[in-house]
Amino acid sequence: MIQLLINGQSHAVDVPPDMPLLWVLRDVLGMTGTKFGCGIAQCGACTVHLAGEPVRSCLLPVGSLANQAVTTIEAIGQTINGRKVQQAWLAREVVQCGYCQSGQIMSATALLNHTPTPSDADIDVAMAGNICRCGTYVRIRDAIHLAATA
Amino acid sequence: MDAPNPATQPSRRSLLQAGLLAGGGLFIGLRLTSAAQAAVGGANAFTPNAFVRITADGVITLIMPQAEVGQGIYTSAAMLIAEELEVGLDQITVQAAPPDLAAYFDPTLGDQATGGSNSIRSDWMRLREAGAAARIMMIAAAAARWHVAVADCRAERGMVHHDATRRTLGYGALATEAAGERLPQTIPLKLPGQFRLIGTNAKRLDTPSKVDGSAVFGIDFMVPGMRFGTLAITPVKGGRLLQMNEAAARAVPGVQDVIRAGDQAVAVIGAHMWAAKQGLDALAPVWDAGPAGAVTTAALIADMDQTSQHPGVIARQQGDAAGAISAAATKLSAIYQLPFLSHCPMEPLNCTLHIRPDAADLWVGTQVPVRAQKAVANACGLPPEKVTVTNLYMGGAFGRRLDIDSIEVAAEIAKQVSYPLKLAWTREEDLRHDYYRPYYYDRVSAGLDAGGKIVGWTHRITGSSVTARWAPAGFKNGLDPDAVECAAETPYELPAMLVDYVRNEPMGVNTGWWRGVGPTHNIFVVESFVDELAATAKQDPVAFRRAMLRNNPRALAVLNLAAEKSGWGGQLPAGSGRGISLQFAFGSYLSCVMEVQVSAGGEISLRRAVVAVDCGMAVNPDTIRAQIEGGLILGLSTALYNEVTLSAGAIDQSNFHDYRALRIDEAPAIEVFRLENQETPGGVGETGTAAAAPALGNAIFAATGHRLRRLPFANGQLQGA
Repeated sequence: MIQLLINGQSHAVDVPPDMPLLWVLRDVLGMTGTKFGCGIAQCGACTVHLAGEPVRSCLLPVGSLANQAVTTIEAIGQTINGRKVQQAWLAREVVQCGYCQSGQIMSATALLNHTPTPSDADIDVAMAGNICRCGTYVRIRDAIHLAATA
Repeated sequence: MDAPNPATQPSRRSLLQAGLLAGGGLFIGLRLTSAAQAAVGGANAFTPNAFVRITADGVITLIMPQAEVGQGIYTSAAMLIAEELEVGLDQITVQAAPPDLAAYFDPTLGDQATGGSNSIRSDWMRLREAGAAARIMMIAAAAARWHVAVADCRAERGMVHHDATRRTLGYGALATEAAGERLPQTIPLKLPGQFRLIGTNAKRLDTPSKVDGSAVFGIDFMVPGMRFGTLAITPVKGGRLLQMNEAAARAVPGVQDVIRAGDQAVAVIGAHMWAAKQGLDALAPVWDAGPAGAVTTAALIADMDQTSQHPGVIARQQGDAAGAISAAATKLSAIYQLPFLSHCPMEPLNCTLHIRPDAADLWVGTQVPVRAQKAVANACGLPPEKVTVTNLYMGGAFGRRLDIDSIEVAAEIAKQVSYPLKLAWTREEDLRHDYYRPYYYDRVSAGLDAGGKIVGWTHRITGSSVTARWAPAGFKNGLDPDAVECAAETPYELPAMLVDYVRNEPMGVNTGWWRGVGPTHNIFVVESFVDELAATAKQDPVAFRRAMLRNNPRALAVLNLAAEKSGWGGQLPAGSGRGISLQFAFGSYLSCVMEVQVSAGGEISLRRAVVAVDCGMAVNPDTIRAQIEGGLILGLSTALYNEVTLSAGAIDQSNFHDYRALRIDEAPAIEVFRLENQETPGGVGETGTAAAAPALGNAIFAATGHRLRRLPFANGQLQGA
């Protein structure tokens, strides 16, 4: 059994320690807001927070977590910056297909946690790991600036 | 999205209504057939057509004929119905249409399908009529109950009002009586000046669930008892499974089954995707490549070069183009090449099935629900009506989910197990088993007179016909209308033209629809070559185009607007350039100016894009902007980086590290300007994608003097230049 702390709740899961957190979240715990996009940490769709830092859950073995707190898209709205980012995403109508947006929102929230008023260059660095094939980048940038001033 | 409604028996009354409607023959597309009835029906429900259900408890459900792939159609289609039904978007829920060709047929696409930037054009009349018919029947029911004249009643926000007596009744309270009203024989629609919803930036209905993680995409669907599988498909088309280590796969903890789909694919199924993936690695399938095992991209291109030297099937002939060119003061000819492309939507292919001896359930995101239903029915030997289809949100599609190969192979596997099975492709399997945008090999030539005016134009297109496979009825006399779209007809007045098509089916490669279809290919060739001719004639690219648009005022207007808003002609720093493109495609006019900077080392930076569009009346202006912004980004991403190549019959690329996607730090600023008028709405979903490559290529030429005729651009061409 592996003990996990996800969104403030403890879970004991019977999975191999090398199993990536992504599949534990999605297939074992049924938390499907975190997405599978590439499986090689290239696209950012699987981004979650581990002890407050954005990480790619598709390559993160659950056995390595050592009970550090995991936050996913399902609970990010309970944080001040997560809520601001989600509201800005709605205000700017960022979303198209929406599949990458869980990861985008997790990366954007982490950015604001570190850098409350990010520059365009800060946004480039923090968000370049998240691919959006629908091409919502113009609005993502705009929404992050909006969230920073909210 | 709502859960699917359980099938219910259509009432005698609704069948009678459907009969009247069909018999009247007035309202094509509003017939209520049995599957649609099952979707929209229910006890005490008012179901005047295949798009509206109002129950006695006041729940208003709108049935969406097209699938939501991110383009915002659930919101825009709902706006069309709600406008005439007189309800607010806050008062309705939407539900995906079931497979039902008669009820949800798109005449342009020849199927119940989502594609071709066609949704608004298809829905503009039929959905407003559907909403209006329902409203008329609600008002009639209220007037009958109150014993007042219909003309003295009005509807607003789901209520019928009789202002003289200040009486009101909600649609729910009227549902049963409205169901007994006759369907109206004429359906007057609002004039544009009366719209309260159409033309507004209404908020998208699907967005809230997509920012909090609660939206259910196909790959997210869960059903009790479900198992998770992933698969390997023969890496070479037509190959066969030779051997595998089944014992090793079964030894992986959590693995439950190893299931073959004939010789072409094998799946490992387990308690979760990780077990399935680990199991598939251990299975280590070995394949016989078969007859396509020697195919390379270079060989396919060489074959196209050969076949393109002979005349093809004529798509457009006007005057004596060859004669005009041979007599011209200046002659120019060129070869343009566009690569095979993968779709790579963010959500990899997936499909959830529960197949039983007498029935099956399919949960999937598909652009073609009727084809999806048939695929499962055929695989299982079931009649189609025994296969229920729940169409879920798609994490992008870009045309990929217009094909049902993934559903076919999933059904072959799922029919061998008793439990519900979710089969998910890895990114690698998805990218390597796509239906790729065809490789196109185009020869163009033109002649200019002494004044620099085009006197003759020829364009020979060589490539695969997607139409011949996907919609054979549209492939007539050897001509693929998609392959020549926007080549046979350009926005320009050209005195002599010859456009022909040579079909060339690449061995070992499946080809399919890719965002922007024919226009994405041909606008690149036409607009790049027009730019070459302008340069040859030593004319400004905008002025050169203007001179050919005297009889095309809408095209001229977007060209002028894009030029003006971009600061066309203004100074730029060294190494920078602006390029323009113009198109009429999908019923919309669009012009794009790209501004780029190219470093001494040949690195291309996208600075700014300015788009002017005339797509007629707007249903949701913000969605139009979003589609153009996003379409342009996908087009730029592809134009810079993407090509699918083959070695020894297998696809070389596998994931985002070698099939790059544009990232936020590379994306340009984008400005979209829309010309407002009351023309019939045109499509926009693919317009930005089609504009990207030509505007970018022309900008690179302006910045560097190098004309790039082979996509993608950022593949070392400039470094070698």
